[in-house]
Amino acid sequence: MAILVDKNTRLLVQGITGKSGGFHARGCMEYGTNVVAGVTPGRGGEMFDSKVPVFDTVEEARKRTGCNATMIFVPAPFAADAILEAAAAGVELIVCITEGIPVIDMMRVKEGLRDKKSRLIGPNCPGIITPEQCKIGIMPGYIHRSGSIGVISRSGTLTYEAVWQLTSRGYGQSTCIGIGGDPINGTSHLEALRLLNDDPQTEGIILIGEIGGAAEEEAAAWAKQNCKKPLAAFIAGSTAPPGRRMGHAGAIIAGGVGTAQGKIKALKEAGMEIAESPADIAEALIRALKR
Amino acid sequence: MNIHEYQAKQLFEKFQVATPKGAPASTPDEALAIASRLGTSHLVVKAQIHAGGRGKGTFTNGFQGGVHLCNSAEKAGELAAKMLGNTLVTHQTGTTGRVVRKVLVAESVEIAKEYYFAIVLDRAIGAPMIIASTEGGVEIEKVAEKTPEKIIKEPVHPLLGLQPYQTRNLAYRLGFESSKISAASTLFLNIFKLFMELDCSLVEVNPLVLTRDNKVFALDAKFNFDDNALFRHPEIVALRDTEEEDPREVEASKFNLNYIGLDGNIACMVNGAGLAMSTMDIIKYHGGEPANFLDVGGGASEEQVTEAFKILISDKNVKAILVNIFGGIMRCDIIAQGIINAVRAVSLPVPLVVRLEGTNVELGKKLLQESNLPIIAADGLTDAAQKVVQAAAQG
Repeated sequence: MAILVDKNTRLLVQGITGKSGGFHARGCMEYGTNVVAGVTPGRGGEMFDSKVPVFDTVEEARKRTGCNATMIFVPAPFAADAILEAAAAGVELIVCITEGIPVIDMMRVKEGLRDKKSRLIGPNCPGIITPEQCKIGIMPGYIHRSGSIGVISRSGTLTYEAVWQLTSRGYGQSTCIGIGGDPINGTSHLEALRLLNDDPQTEGIILIGEIGGAAEEEAAAWAKQNCKKPLAAFIAGSTAPPGRRMGHAGAIIAGGVGTAQGKIKALKEAGMEIAESPADIAEALIRALKR
Repeated sequence: MNIHEYQAKQLFEKFQVATPKGAPASTPDEALAIASRLGTSHLVVKAQIHAGGRGKGTFTNGFQGGVHLCNSAEKAGELAAKMLGNTLVTHQTGTTGRVVRKVLVAESVEIAKEYYFAIVLDRAIGAPMIIASTEGGVEIEKVAEKTPEKIIKEPVHPLLGLQPYQTRNLAYRLGFESSKISAASTLFLNIFKLFMELDCSLVEVNPLVLTRDNKVFALDAKFNFDDNALFRHPEIVALRDTEEEDPREVEASKFNLNYIGLDGNIACMVNGAGLAMSTMDIIKYHGGEPANFLDVGGGASEEQVTEAFKILISDKNVKAILVNIFGGIMRCDIIAQGIINAVRAVSLPVPLVVRLEGTNVELGKKLLQESNLPIIAADGLTDAAQKVVQAAAQG
């Protein structure tokens, strides 16, 4: 079953005519994702790689192709607007890869999405992949295998580490969802956990977090009461100094809140297996499965 | 991005947030001139550095305190002379302290009551949050610990913004008397306006004061600006004082490298912020001390790797370097060649451990091994961490 994306996903790429947008649209197409449209205002009527029609607006793309998901590669100053455009057009899943969107813009976007049926993943995320069915994002497809482990992460390359560990140990993935590194995002650890908990294909879940905010703690509290599936977690940033933004906009310990130690404590109390080293993420999950 | 107190004051003035009159001085003569213009015998001279604890700090020349009251323009000039060009050490600067290049000369106020007022973008509610307290002039974390009931939190609607009724409610709850409600209210609203218009992530006024002559002022302020929004605030970027920043971090930002200096002796270079934090963590896990955080981002081009090496080895504490790259879309043989060329260009004085993973990883490792350079190719994350910790210990 997996969650949110599968072989029925019809993907739009906003920003397809840009360097990154085009490169990664190709990557998704090579993986087998059904890319049905592109949008770049002013470039409507063109064909991308002679395969994908480009439109001026998301509304038109939706009308003409029935796209039900979008991957956004629009530059940061304009990305919030691109998200709102997709939501207004009724696109059900919005995956925003863009890093660097002003936080106040995301605050407005989040409020603006409240009465819409779209789900936002990201921004500042690598995307979402249901292995061997559909990839929306920039992750390397070949490291993934179809299977029963769900992965939720704020990271990009750290997620690939965990996935590669799983695949190498013979554990495939149901869906890997990169929720992104920003402080205000569309889908939280908790929301992703809920979805994976309800997914019949998912038998075990890995949660990858990092310093900043309290999303992991929030997910842990819910999991304690509601999640019956084996859970393992890794939290990056035990060695991060307080008050500094460690790359991701959301990776900052502020006023004592958001330390790795605090998160690990909450996750342990919720019964999760903790990987003490990033090299042992799959190992932690295997321990959880065996319990 | 941080700014100086005098710059915060200028921003307050721009947004009509009531604050005592004052101006920055770079020389004792300027300080004297400003003090004369203020035309009052109630003056304060404050050293301008990007760190707190100035009042209790000490200058390396023996002069005590970075904040001084005085009662004449001449004295203000003398105080400025004692501070300018000298190094102030506070509990927030570290033992090396900071050179004071400017002082703020302002009217001093007689404080009747101190409050705390801050606006932060609260990620849990996805909206601005006002945090206020009658316990001003002290560390808010201590108030939260000892008397949490004295902290008022007022969420602000993300689209409607701060409403006047909310600011009146707040002023009444903080105990302002009727005649001051309007002044307090206006202050709160104008600070909020500033917060939103300048894309702040934090504005903290501690203390916000009621003076003995019944005025309401923002007396001190700390600002954090959203780095993501700086592209649309060139006027804020212009306030940046790179002399107050770690020179390695300033250098790194020129090449789109995300670098944060730490205290250890094992440098690292990684692609991806989460993996970079994890690399620091695994170094520590295996008994080492990370010297820095460095994210080369998605590119990890030869040019970036070369510049990154230069910055890492400019830290004389560094005894070994770990490069950890997960080449998902980028091929490991291309990355390896980039590293080899960079090593040749820079001539590394310390051992280098390289751990690659991803497409063409075996080819990448082969290239490193056959390069005839002292590069230690690692097999996996744990092996990489153990090897670099060992290399640093032997150095």
